[in-house]
Amino acid sequence: MAGAIALSARNGFIPRPHATGATTESAAVRWSLIGLAVLFLVLFLFIPLAVVFASALEKGIAPYFASFRSPDALAAIRLTLLAAGIAVPLNLLFGVSAAWAVAKFEFVGKSLLITLIDLPFSVSPVVSGLIYVLLFGLQGLLGPWLVAHDVKIIFAVPGIVLATIFVTFPFVARELIPLIQAQGNDEEEAALTLGASGWQTFLRVTLPNIKWGLLYGVILCNARAMGEFGAVSVVSGHIRGMTNTMPLHIEILYNEYQYVSAFAVASLLALLALVTLIAKSAVEWRSRQSSGSLTAENWEEAVP
Amino acid sequence: MAIVLKQRSILPGFGLTLGFALFYLSLIVLIPISAAFVKASALTWAQFWHTVSAPRALASYRLSFGASLIGAVINLFFGLLVAWVLVRYSFPGKRLFDSLVDLPFALPTAVAGISLTAIYSSHGWIGQYLDAVGIKAAYSRLGVVIALTFVGLPFVVRTVQPVLEDLDKDVEEAAASLGANRWQTFARVILPAILPAALTGFAMAFARAVGEYGSVVFISGNMPMRTEITPLLIITKLEQYDYAGATAIAVVMLIVSFTLLLAINLLQKWSARRHTAGSSADAEFPEVVKQDFALQQG
Repeated sequence: MAGAIALSARNGFIPRPHATGATTESAAVRWSLIGLAVLFLVLFLFIPLAVVFASALEKGIAPYFASFRSPDALAAIRLTLLAAGIAVPLNLLFGVSAAWAVAKFEFVGKSLLITLIDLPFSVSPVVSGLIYVLLFGLQGLLGPWLVAHDVKIIFAVPGIVLATIFVTFPFVARELIPLIQAQGNDEEEAALTLGASGWQTFLRVTLPNIKWGLLYGVILCNARAMGEFGAVSVVSGHIRGMTNTMPLHIEILYNEYQYVSAFAVASLLALLALVTLIAKSAVEWRSRQSSGSLTAENWEEAVP
Repeated sequence: MAIVLKQRSILPGFGLTLGFALFYLSLIVLIPISAAFVKASALTWAQFWHTVSAPRALASYRLSFGASLIGAVINLFFGLLVAWVLVRYSFPGKRLFDSLVDLPFALPTAVAGISLTAIYSSHGWIGQYLDAVGIKAAYSRLGVVIALTFVGLPFVVRTVQPVLEDLDKDVEEAAASLGANRWQTFARVILPAILPAALTGFAMAFARAVGEYGSVVFISGNMPMRTEITPLLIITKLEQYDYAGATAIAVVMLIVSFTLLLAINLLQKWSARRHTAGSSADAEFPEVVKQDFALQQG
């Protein structure tokens, strides 16, 4: 602060008592930067979102709702819910297990394991679908065996579920690992010493500490599970009413120039995205509240 | 792979949770990915090389990597700007913009794809004005860049934001009191501190864009040699029942993914080290800042 005053005094300005000029920018610079940033965000985020709803409602309310009444649309919605309904709980179970093992224990190969958990994020969605085709498809490694036993995975619902699981694999785990690591082991060790079982310790001590992060991971996992396009597209075979999820149904409608219907189904997924963003903000706010309620400092105040 | 040497903790469940995690990881991720390499190994080296270096494949790499790079550079610049504006200034609607930054993570790529196409086609909200000045945005390489910029938008903002929030104002005051103007303070004090995080975000945006499919296929027009991205080439080969060709190109993409994942991990480690060094109580001046000041004084 002294520097700021000295600087402006040297330049012949009379320093104001609250002058913070040295560590901030002039109003003109500030507002141009804000303007440029806002312009970028409006161009790339607001307009694409607005266009989805504007195009869906272009012909009015009735055609909008009619788009959801076709049997193919309903089948696509059902399949999307089914795939997410299987993928999310399985990845939740994996996420909690992996986070517990990685965050609570030391073992050789831990950082390799963390890297491998992230792997599905860095693989192209198309390649994610392809690897299942190469494993379970007719030409695949297990193809002849599956044909002999009359099991259909590719171009059928199991393939869609598998591809969905793959692309949403890391969400819960990578949300929980840093969170559980930051909590440390003290509280759990105390609970165990006081006679709690391992399961009780997890439910009563660990879970309350990680619940907001867990919820956030599940929300993200679900959004991606319902919206996945590339991976599911490769394994689905695009059989109408059978193996089309909502994003695939959108593609078909769009390619048939049924724009209103395509954007109507898209608007459902856009609403899901908005709910996801709102839930994220709410979870962040809640976790700040709960982490603020018990910090090292006020712990000492609360427990004299 | 992960061999347990000793278990120091008294906490239970190590064997069960690690066992399940490894089983599930192998089943869902490792075995299927290995399948791609096993399938590719059935090709001879000459066949493999012929497929992955065909002119159409090379054109697709150029487009995928080139457009991803341009998108990531745009996101590096605007990501820094957006992070700066969100952390340092207050303005109406700031909370809304902050939440909306994550939209490309939450919005399904197919939805983004048809929406961007509608905006930039010659009758679209923005496309009609670009058309009037002779710029063709949809169904061109520019369209690919626009889509890839969209999908990578949140990364730099979200990696830089926390670092910028934790940055000590004292350092900037010190720089100012030593006679630096605002631009010098930014370039020599603030930028070095946020650079590792910014580069991490840049690499993530690039990696995401290289593999992107859903948002691009609608806007690109998918012309072979011109607007065909590598993931689309894989799909095209699959639809022609050219499994060997699809596998060969997929293996190239997998190797690129692994390399980028490794690079991002290294960048993150660098960023974390710099971040903690910069914000810990007894090291208020990060090493680089000290050196910079030394240079200036000399």
